[in-house]
Amino acid sequence: MDESRPLFVQLAEQIENDIISGVMAEETQVPSINEFAAFYRINPATALKGVTMLVDEGALYKKRGIGMFVAEGAQARLTTKRRDKFSTEFVTPLLTEAAKIGITSEQLADMIRKAAKA
Amino acid sequence: MTAIIEGSVIEVRGLTKRFGTVTAVDDATFTVEENTIYGLLGRNGAGKTTLMQLLTGQDFATSGDIRVFGQSPVENAAVLQHVSFIKESQRYPEDFRAKHVLKSAPWFFENWDADFAAQLVDDFRLPLNRRIKKMSRGQVSAIGVIVGLASRARLTFFDEPYLGLDAVARQTFYDRLLADYAEHPRTVVLSTHLIDEVSNLLEHVLVIDEGRIIIDQDAESLRGSATTLVGTASAVDGFVGAREVLHRDAIGGLASVTVLGLTAQERTDAAAAGLELAPVSLQQLVIHRTNTSEKEFEVSA
Repeated sequence: MDESRPLFVQLAEQIENDIISGVMAEETQVPSINEFAAFYRINPATALKGVTMLVDEGALYKKRGIGMFVAEGAQARLTTKRRDKFSTEFVTPLLTEAAKIGITSEQLADMIRKAAKA
Repeated sequence: MTAIIEGSVIEVRGLTKRFGTVTAVDDATFTVEENTIYGLLGRNGAGKTTLMQLLTGQDFATSGDIRVFGQSPVENAAVLQHVSFIKESQRYPEDFRAKHVLKSAPWFFENWDADFAAQLVDDFRLPLNRRIKKMSRGQVSAIGVIVGLASRARLTFFDEPYLGLDAVARQTFYDRLLADYAEHPRTVVLSTHLIDEVSNLLEHVLVIDEGRIIIDQDAESLRGSATTLVGTASAVDGFVGAREVLHRDAIGGLASVTVLGLTAQERTDAAAAGLELAPVSLQQLVIHRTNTSEKEFEVSA
């Protein structure tokens, strides 16, 4: 956990990562609020906020009296969401930095192709 | 116990405490809600301990009103049996050993959990049979931490409880506090100046400076409330304009400025203007805010 963004957002992203990578499979139970709080060393109220965010987005759902589960189709939906944000979160900063030190888009594309082959 | 009412755990209005010409607590008004972990933060001598002594009925207010569980805490057993106050400078009777403390604790705390206390004794490797006056500073602190946790009082104050505790023991304290709080929700007020260490545990923050409550805000919104902008002095100053600046550093042609409350659009604009944006930790924020008010104080005095 770092200071750059709200803790509950970071927790939600961490859970999203685990769903996207398949560590938390669809229709399986995720840890409880208290377990998340203890593991990430954050206040349970903060953990609740992060998990609630994912419930509101439909990535997690609650089974009454049992706990929280990963929703069906969550992996695909979250992956799509991440792809949509990829441009603003990664490409734009890359272009900004490239422009700062005089790398053209063509040179940049070249570098990416080379790096991908290596 | 029947007289204990539900609602805010602590309600303080216009609370002032003077010692001669010194105003230790200056017109403080705030509430503390149930089942929440509060951070009571401030510099040494800011009034943290005095405030907690007033809230636990160990001192008399000069003026103002204190309600703890709806009643005055002063000489009020109905209130105080639900309050655990762990002090930095706790004194124990001559020849007391840790086992004596743990044996007498259940007389004062109805929710005392002896098994939990025994587990904590192991966690902190506390020698039960050693005389307390022969113990290291950290071991004495561990006794306080164990009593504070295992008492499971509805309202627990930890006043700088970790003096002499090493980093490992402090982490143990934070971990056990968090785990036990999750299982047994209660109200905890943690007074500390190791703000970075406890920052993520807190749900609400009270900052006291020169006896006045200068911040009373939930921790999450407070953490995101300030940003440091770094760039050329002209770009920084151009962006900052008439904003309130919490802190400013300059070196050569570069400037670093901490400001409050940037919107997402403003952050994008700042980045587009070539500024680096860095988050401000709760600790840095408190340092900036307490410095600011000190300057204001000097100007007005």
